[in-house]
Amino acid sequence: MSIGVVVFPGSNCDRDVHWATQGCLGISTRFLWHETRDLSGLDAVVLPGGFSYGDYLRCGAIASFAPVLDSLLDFVDKGGRVLGICNGFQILTEIGLLPGALTRNKNLHFICRDASLTVSSIRTNWLNKRSVGDQITLPIAHGEGRFQCSRDTLSELEDNDSIALRYNENPNGSLYDIAGITNLKGNVLGLMPHPERACDPIIGGLNGREILEGLLG
Amino acid sequence: MEKFRARVLIKLRPSVLDPAGEATKSAASKLGVKGISSIRIGKSIEIELVASNENEARSKLELLSDRLLANPVIEDWTLELFPVNSKQSI
Repeated sequence: MSIGVVVFPGSNCDRDVHWATQGCLGISTRFLWHETRDLSGLDAVVLPGGFSYGDYLRCGAIASFAPVLDSLLDFVDKGGRVLGICNGFQILTEIGLLPGALTRNKNLHFICRDASLTVSSIRTNWLNKRSVGDQITLPIAHGEGRFQCSRDTLSELEDNDSIALRYNENPNGSLYDIAGITNLKGNVLGLMPHPERACDPIIGGLNGREILEGLLG
Repeated sequence: MEKFRARVLIKLRPSVLDPAGEATKSAASKLGVKGISSIRIGKSIEIELVASNENEARSKLELLSDRLLANPVIEDWTLELFPVNSKQSI
């Protein structure tokens, strides 16, 4: 079992993810520079938080043209597991692996605090040790986390049981309180909260561990 | 090849809340400017390019706008295209 953490210029949670996956969970983890196309030997890939390419133009817009993401499309197609956290979630929507888009928080604030969340789907392996309705707490830290999509897309997400996590107190104006979604196949999860920051009781609980354990399938 | 200049105007789709526009509207009222009923903020992107003709220039810019400059999930875009020798300034 081995996972990769993509490093874009401007990523700033890549080392936190490495600390969490390798240090806390003992999963062999290697960094993937954004220019690589080599995902050989990997079972899962994490797109970490940060400000890839300065988030110029739009969050995740320029990152979606990185060579590593060419290979990632293939990787997902073949069933590889992908977790996009915060900026990683934004990138997943930009490249079309997940529907919708993430834009400026409704109150314009950069919000950095714990968020109380409800597990709203256990369809995929990411949260299947949970029950629907379970409460978890994960830190959020974003200025552009307001999930938006068309009415049809929202219906599809609901019909396909693809809404993984919802905010209890919507911090950013996200449609339908959405904090995280999965793709139809279930091997891709994108979420705004940061599970890697909740893998040790000393710094913020353990609810993040179970999501990162989902990388193991 | 001919030279062209273009401007792509990007705005949030009407159904998407623009909190920056709302904040600016609130500042407008603090400035004492009355009667402003809506402010929505977009982006203007100016581009210079060469293409063999206007049609080719337009199709390059349409691809660029749709795939990179704007995210059609939340944004609409419009394109203005001028040959460089045009007297119309942008």
